[in-house]
Amino acid sequence: MKIGLFIPCYVDALYPEVGVATYKLLTSLGLDVTYPLKQTCCGQPMANAGFEKMATDISRHFDDLFKEFDYVVAPSASCAAFVKFYHPRLAKGNHECLTSKKTMDVVEFLHDVVKPTSLKAHFPHIVSVHNSCHGVRELGLSSPSERQVPQFNKIIDLLKLVDGITIREPERKDECCGFGGMFSVEEPDVSKRMGEDKIERHMATGAEYITGPDSSCLMHMQGIAKKENKPIKFIHVVEILAAGL
Amino acid sequence: MSTIHSEAARRFNDNRAKTTWHDATFWSLRQKRDNMASGLSEWEELREHASQIKQHTVTHLADYLEEFSTQLESRGVIVHWAKDANDFNNIVLDILQSHGVKKMVKSKSMLTEECAMNPFLENHGIDVVETDLGERILQLLHQKPSHIVMPAIHLKREEVGQMFEEKGISTEKGNYDPTYLTQCARKHLRNQFMEAGAGMTGCNFGVAKTGDIVVCTNEGNADMSTSMPKLHLVAMGIEKIVPDYKSLAVFQRLLCRSATGQPTTAYTSHFRQARPGAEMHVILVDNGRSDILANDEHWETLKCIRCGACMNTCPVYRRSGGYSYTYFIPGPIGINLGMLHDASRYSDNVSACTLCLSCDNVCPAKVNPGSQVYMWRQKLDSLHKANTMKKCMSKGMEELFNHPLLYSSALRLAPLANLIPDSLTHIRSLNPWGVGHAMPKFANESFQTMWKKGKLNQNEQKEQ
Repeated sequence: MKIGLFIPCYVDALYPEVGVATYKLLTSLGLDVTYPLKQTCCGQPMANAGFEKMATDISRHFDDLFKEFDYVVAPSASCAAFVKFYHPRLAKGNHECLTSKKTMDVVEFLHDVVKPTSLKAHFPHIVSVHNSCHGVRELGLSSPSERQVPQFNKIIDLLKLVDGITIREPERKDECCGFGGMFSVEEPDVSKRMGEDKIERHMATGAEYITGPDSSCLMHMQGIAKKENKPIKFIHVVEILAAGL
Repeated sequence: MSTIHSEAARRFNDNRAKTTWHDATFWSLRQKRDNMASGLSEWEELREHASQIKQHTVTHLADYLEEFSTQLESRGVIVHWAKDANDFNNIVLDILQSHGVKKMVKSKSMLTEECAMNPFLENHGIDVVETDLGERILQLLHQKPSHIVMPAIHLKREEVGQMFEEKGISTEKGNYDPTYLTQCARKHLRNQFMEAGAGMTGCNFGVAKTGDIVVCTNEGNADMSTSMPKLHLVAMGIEKIVPDYKSLAVFQRLLCRSATGQPTTAYTSHFRQARPGAEMHVILVDNGRSDILANDEHWETLKCIRCGACMNTCPVYRRSGGYSYTYFIPGPIGINLGMLHDASRYSDNVSACTLCLSCDNVCPAKVNPGSQVYMWRQKLDSLHKANTMKKCMSKGMEELFNHPLLYSSALRLAPLANLIPDSLTHIRSLNPWGVGHAMPKFANESFQTMWKKGKLNQNEQKEQ
């Protein structure tokens, strides 16, 4: 099984440690992982802002680069969801989109494909799980609170394999944090308020860390927490799963 | 760079306590809805069923409308067809004038808001009295609804009490007890019902097979509006049709649970014909609905049953309020309906969405208003309504991400940006992100650089 590692642009530049943790975790599980060098971005920022056409060539490039792999794995639920659900739309009439079906977020991939029953990780801390919107409502990493379906949470299932960890969820467990890509630029006041509310609910759980599958949500909340001197730390879920590797 | 919505939202958020209250009020409605939904194990099947019934009905609209109107006419109800708002208003005016009506009481109808009927009739000397308590309060305050189901929820009881005192509706000065104020309103409205020459209702559902006009209220005001005057007018959008009682039952179970978290409304009235000695008119309104039906990307908005659940769950609506939207229907469905009504005029609302898609999952008829906002954003550029800052940023990213070499160089240079002092980056007009955030720091070495240097101890470097 050949796995192509997709490290989204902002993870690459701002949070390379998340990429490192993903690589280490996947290889520690005996998987064959490659990072194709010419990768850049999935195109979501422009498309969500309303400039889908500017993402068309990028999505074709993505497809060319990753089409030979059995799976494309990314430590970012939102980017994986964009490739999965929107790349076919961008490809329409241009090329056949071969990667959409085999692109997965790392949490989804571990939970559904690799299915580890134990991990070496030790993380003796209280964490509050950030169920990010596209993870919940596009990828199905957990059951959406709006739906009347059996409850599940793949992030928590994986975190339970970590030794010493205490897992919490905030009140309003999957309400949006207010990032929304360029929403945070166009609607800065609502975006900030949503972030503040979300941080407050995470902190009310007594958590030391807020953790989730999307560094973008974490970046947004971290930016607000830092500006307002909130005593809370942020860590991508894969960094916890890879702790000690 | 900003939109009318984002500017209004900024002013709304200046009052932190009110924003907190507004958010909590509507979140509690979402919770009540969740409680109701969880009580029905078939909830998700009901939603799917509702969606399919609506899809079937709107794609066979002509047949069902004909069946519906034939049923009504067979019982002496007079059916009118209005192609747009202007047509609708004139039909109503004609009916009222030909009956010498000077005052009309009415129950809640978003369609009459859509057609701006009240000001039209008032200009022609007809007194229109809203009888839904919230709507009446707003009418007396000369305000518009801030929510489609709870139109006056943004007001505090003190504001209502003071206005009632000024208008002589309440007599006990300083008594702002809600029960007392409601009783005052009841007495005041009682006289209006007695004096009115006509009563108008909206229509939640029109049953094609039987020709029923189904009206759901919590105050019984629709029944009062039709029981006192001898002339009953019904304002109804053509998409309100359902095939039969069986399909009506699906919506009855969903509507109120989704809207207010009640199992049903206090009053559900079926009007089928005029009572003896009275007259009943049904005005079926298109006003752009046929065009929506022909719209590949947005026809599903016709499935909407106006429950307001998408507003209650919308994190942006809850933190910006109904008045920050420029269309008279706010929230996720309002963004869509505004764009369908006049895309150039109402494009300022398209910014009010994080694409969290909670609305798609809460909607009892599976309208997916959030996913549709994504589609509207793609159209803004061709409407010359694109945000120039967002366009510029997107252009820059397109250039960067289409050129892997340029991207690699940018990664190496990015940490230099960390040296720019906050005082330069935190100017609202240049960097709205800086309004609420500290800037993120670029890593000294990107993942790609580390990989290229073999720092990940790759057993064998697998470059491609």
